[in-house]
Order: sequence, then C-alpha cells, then structure tokens
Amino acid sequence: MIGNFPFVAVVILLGLGIYTLIFKKNLIKIAIGITLIENGTNLFLITLGYRKGAVAPIYTQAPEGVPMVLPTPQALTLTSIVIGVATTALILSIAMIIYKKYGTLNSDEVRRLRG
Amino acid sequence: MSGILTHAPALVIALPLLAAFLVPIIGRFNRSKGLGWFVSIILGLSLLMTLLMANHILSNGPLIYVFGGSEPGLTLPSGYTVPIRIIFQIDGMGIFMGIITAVVSFLGAVYSISFMEQHSGLEKYYTLLLLLTTAMYGMEFTGDIFNFFVFLEIASIASVALIAFRSNLSGEPAEAGFKYMVVSSIAALMVLFAVGLFYGQYDVLNMATIASVMQFTQLDKIALILLVTVLAMKAGSVPMHMWTPDAYSEAPAPITMILVAASQASLYALFRVTFSLYNITLNTVVIGWIIIILGVLSMFIGVTMAIIQKDIKRLMAYHAISQTGYMLLGVGVGLAVLANPVALESFGIKAMEGGIFHIMNHAMYKGLLFLTAGALFYRTGTRDLNKMGGLAHNMSYTTVFFIIGAAAIAGIPPFNGFASKLIIYESVYQFNPLLSIIAMLVSILTLASFVKVFHSAFLGPKLEQYQKVEEVPKSMVVAMATLACIIVFFGLFPDVIVDNLVHPAVMALINQVNYTSAILGGM
Amino acid sequence: MSIGLLETGSGYWQAIIWVIITVIIGIGVLWLRNKGKEEYKKNTNQTKPFLSGNPELTKEDSHVGASHIYWGFTEALKHYYQPLVNIHTGNINDYSGWVVLVMAIIFIIVGVS
Repeated sequence: MIGNFPFVAVVILLGLGIYTLIFKKNLIKIAIGITLIENGTNLFLITLGYRKGAVAPIYTQAPEGVPMVLPTPQALTLTSIVIGVATTALILSIAMIIYKKYGTLNSDEVRRLRG
Repeated sequence: MSGILTHAPALVIALPLLAAFLVPIIGRFNRSKGLGWFVSIILGLSLLMTLLMANHILSNGPLIYVFGGSEPGLTLPSGYTVPIRIIFQIDGMGIFMGIITAVVSFLGAVYSISFMEQHSGLEKYYTLLLLLTTAMYGMEFTGDIFNFFVFLEIASIASVALIAFRSNLSGEPAEAGFKYMVVSSIAALMVLFAVGLFYGQYDVLNMATIASVMQFTQLDKIALILLVTVLAMKAGSVPMHMWTPDAYSEAPAPITMILVAASQASLYALFRVTFSLYNITLNTVVIGWIIIILGVLSMFIGVTMAIIQKDIKRLMAYHAISQTGYMLLGVGVGLAVLANPVALESFGIKAMEGGIFHIMNHAMYKGLLFLTAGALFYRTGTRDLNKMGGLAHNMSYTTVFFIIGAAAIAGIPPFNGFASKLIIYESVYQFNPLLSIIAMLVSILTLASFVKVFHSAFLGPKLEQYQKVEEVPKSMVVAMATLACIIVFFGLFPDVIVDNLVHPAVMALINQVNYTSAILGGM
Repeated sequence: MSIGLLETGSGYWQAIIWVIITVIIGIGVLWLRNKGKEEYKKNTNQTKPFLSGNPELTKEDSHVGASHIYWGFTEALKHYYQPLVNIHTGNINDYSGWVVLVMAIIFIIVGVS
C-alpha cells in the first residue's frame, strides 16, 4: 500500500499542473503548471525504476550476489530534466518579451491573435 | 559508397546537427549571404543522402542502424533477447516522410537566403533551422519511443524559438511562440508519460519490441489515448487546432513551410503508434472512427474559418488544418477496416494511399503557398489582405506560382492535389458516402477562399503604394519554382509516386509483422 | 498509355489525356472567339459597360477589398459563424482546456467500448 504513495503523488502533481494550465491566468503561473506536470512525469519514471533490495549499478562498489537495477529510468529522467530546463528557460524568456511588448502577463489580455 | 549507405541513417541526423553548431562560428566571419549558402549546401547534402537511402530501402527493405553497437545492423548481440540500444528503423513510411522533410527544409533554406537577408541574428536563425530539421528527421527515423520524445522536444523548442524570432518588432510572434510552447510541452510530457507506461509494463523502449509483446492492457489503453490525443493536437486537428493559425501566421514564411512538415511528422507518429505499435490489438473500429471524426471536423471547421480570415497567412494556416483533415480521414478509414481483410483489400488500402499521398502533396503545395505569402510580405510589408491589391502587375512569377498552388490545394486537375483527393473521395465513398460528400464540399469551399485571396491580393488596379513593387529576388523564385515543378510533375504522373513511394509506405504501416521482425529477427 | 495512369480504387485517372483534351477545347474556344466582329468603334460607348445609366466607377474605386468578399455567405451563415468565432478566444487557458476535454471524451469512448 505504502509503495503506491509515489503514484498518488504523481497523480496529484499532474492534476495540479493541468488545473494551473486551465484556470490560472498569469503566464508565469502557466509556466509553473508545465513544470508541475513535468515533475509529476519525472517522479513517475523514477518510481518505475525503484526495485526493492537492489543496488545501484556501480560495478566497482557492488556487493556480491545482490541484484543491480537497470538504470534506464534514471537515465530517462535525467534526459527529461535537462529538456525540462531548456523548456522552462525558453518559456520564461518568451513571457519576459511578452511583458515588455504588452505590458501585462494576464492571459485574457495576451490574445491579439484570435479568430 | 556502401559505407556511406550503411551509416546514412546516422549521417543524415549528424550532418545538420553538427552544422548547427558550426553556423555560429561561420556567422562570426560572414554575416551576409554566405551563411545561407552554407546551410543550403548542408541541407542539400542531407537531401541527397535521403534520396540515396530511399533508393536502397525501396529495393532492399528497411534500413536498421544500431547506435553504439559493434555493427550497425546487429540489433540483438548474443545473450540479449531484447534490443537495449537506440535503434533507427527506417521503412517505407519513414523514408517517405524523410523525403518530405529533406525537400522542404532544403527549399526553406534556399528561400531564406534572400528572405532573411535584412535580419540580424541570422546565425541563430540558421542554427535553429538546422536543429528543427534534425529533430524532424529523428522523429521520422527513430525506432525507439523515448528517442522519439527527445526529438519531439527538440522540434518544439527549435520551432518555438523560430516562431518568436521576429519579436523584436512586435509582441505577436512572442505570443504565438508562448502558446505553441505551452501546447507542445503538454504534448511532449504526455508522450513521456506514455513512454513510462510502456516501460513499466514491458521493460523495453524499442517500438518494434513493444509491438511484439503488446497485450493491450488497461494501461496500454491509457497510453494509447494520451498518444492519440496529443499527437493529433500537434498535427493540428480540430478542436485542438487553435495554436496552428497563431504559430503559422507569425513565423517567417520559410519557417512556416517547415512547420507544416514538422506537424506532419507528428501526424506520422500518430499513424506509427496506431498501426505499428498497436495494430489490430486495439479496437480498430472505435479508434478509426475517432480519427475519422477528428478529420472531418478539421476539414470542415478549418475551411469555414479560413473563408472569413483577413490575414493571408492565417487564412492559409486554417487551410493547413483543413487539409490535415483529409489525411486523417483517409488513414482513419484504413484503420477502421484494418481488422477486416476483405474491406481492407477492396478500399482500405486505397483510402490510406490517398491519405498518405496527400501528406506529400500538402507539404509541397502548402509550402508553395506560404512561400508566395512570404513573397507578398517581403515586397508589401503587410499580411493584411485588405491592404493588398493589383500585385499581379508587378510580381508575375509569384502570381503564376500562387495560381499553381491554389489550384493544387483546391483539387483542380491536373495538379497533384486532385490526384490524392480523387483517391480519397472514391475509396471513402465505399466506406461511407456521407464522408466523401463532406470532403468534396470542403474542396469547393477551399477553392472559394483562394479565389478571395487571388482577387484581393493579385487582381485589380495597381495601388498607389505598390507602384514600385518588384519581383522577389532570385533565391526565392528558385525555391518557389522548384515546388511548382514538383506539383506539376506529381499532378501529371501521380502513378509514379503512388506506386513507388506511397504504396510501400502504406504496406509498411499495415504489416506490423515486418516492422517487428526487422528488429527481432523472424520471431 | 500506362504512364500517368492512376488507379483510384473504383476508377482511373489519366492527367495527360485531360491536359490534351483541355488544350483542344481551349483552341476551339479561341477559334470561336476570333470569329467575332472586328468592326466595332473603339473608345466610344460601345466598349463601356452599361450600368443602368449610372456613371462608371474608376478602376481604383471598383476594387473590392478582402473583407467585403463573401459578405453574403457569412451573413447567411451568421448563426454558424458567431459561436465558431467565439470559440477561438486566443486565450492560452482555453487551448489547454480543449486538449484536456478531447482527451476526456476519447477516454470515455474508448473506456466504454
């Protein structure tokens, strides 16, 4: 039962992120929402990689006879975090340009492109 | 020669990627046209390499490339039962999309030589263009689902930066970029979540291996829903299309052309997931009808919204949505009858051929139309159709290219749009006559809205402010002329393309066994 | 002629024959047009359009702007267009909302089936 707590946290993070994307008007908060979804996904991946009783796959330090985990989910998570940093940086810098040009970060006013 | 061919899948990615990092260095010495020429040559080389691969794949079967392996073709080294390295798997469908990417990005670079000449920050522009091309190749060639996510993110980041490229003048490009970034982040993260679902169940990331052990459990269903929705959104289907007109209209014209190909790479991924990954394990009728309904909505709402637009590129962007609907319709019909061999044989394969052929045709004529819109913007400085008029007097080449593109998109014979639309009409009619009638109606409305553009931009008397307008520079004319020639050729000899490129692509999608056995051997 | 012959599922399409026929018909039309009378008086009222006796507009004034084209079409379909344009709010929150909504609908459809 307690092993499922990370998955509950994943669902909560995803739900909060989607809620933020749909209902929060501030563009910076939308960027935070995306980061929340991203962290939820990363937590999901890293939870999948957990194996009870197994050790990290470092060959020189590994004790004898104990299974080692395949570090693929960890590698995926690292890649995803790096991509996430790039995404967040880009989205925040674009939000900055929008604030310079529009003078506001309210998504109700940042909609000159419509129809 | 054979050495190049063996390593071509890696080289075709590596060439633009490495060039992307060379561009800033070259840009320090040569800020004018030299940079554009360099990028065009690089993309021309990767176009040649793609054609070389196409020649090989269409005669000898799929091309496999294992990264980091002792041998490029060795997917399962002794002792392994599943492939754990990143594998590129290029079959008929992948190379079909690869050719589109190669042609479109090469012509986009050629067009940019003159079009972007006046801009500052060109080295950043070309770096991003090369990265976008790399990412598109990667999405189309990869056989690894996590690798697909990485390329999807590279494509979104590069295209967002390119959409917002002109935000030094006004705020709208940044706004469009922001919107595209938000939706494509959602898409990419949902793809990543689906990757997690697959990995959690099957412990592999290779698509062919997942396909071979696919159980269609509850979790697979969730993954399928996530993938179908977000990939349909990235392809721009109604009602998740709203980012499309914003992004397409604000990006520089050559980038818009490449963005069309990039959203078609997502469309390709949608087909890859439904056909190669799941195939008949999923409920083909339900998923097929979902895709058909998305397609019909896209067709109809896209075209009716296009008619009332005043911004030329926004109008064309709505048409891009509408044309995506045709592809979804054609391939959706194929998917809906996938489990029924008789119907698949009698009209399903033809419907898919129509849909897949339309992808290539659309990339060509919509690219041409966006380039003519860019030519008008280059000379008049506006995208507002109300402010244009009488440009045919001074821009005769652009006018001719516009007529060719508009006739092709409206499905007027003998241009290429007609050939693919005819296949879609006739084969879809056997599935459900109503769908075929809607498709024809949409085609008429398409013609109507392009008559509007033609009338208000090109016809009429010379306007005061455009007395001194000239024809656009040579590199832009060359890029447009190439696309126009491709359109006319495809229109006159559609069978050459359908038999040699489209049919193998459709067969590669339908035959899941070929897809998995290429990696896992004869299992 | 086998090259250029496209099988379309329930029929055939041959673009080259279409082009040849179009050219032949075009030549015929041009020939017919050239049979018209040539002895009209140039630069008189004979060459001008007759607009119920109203003075003819200059070319610059007679150009119809893009917003006026298909005015009748959009006016007739006002009840279709009004909600459709209202949906396209341009608000980024709605963009995300639509994705989630469509995802939920597909979820229900696939879950039920």
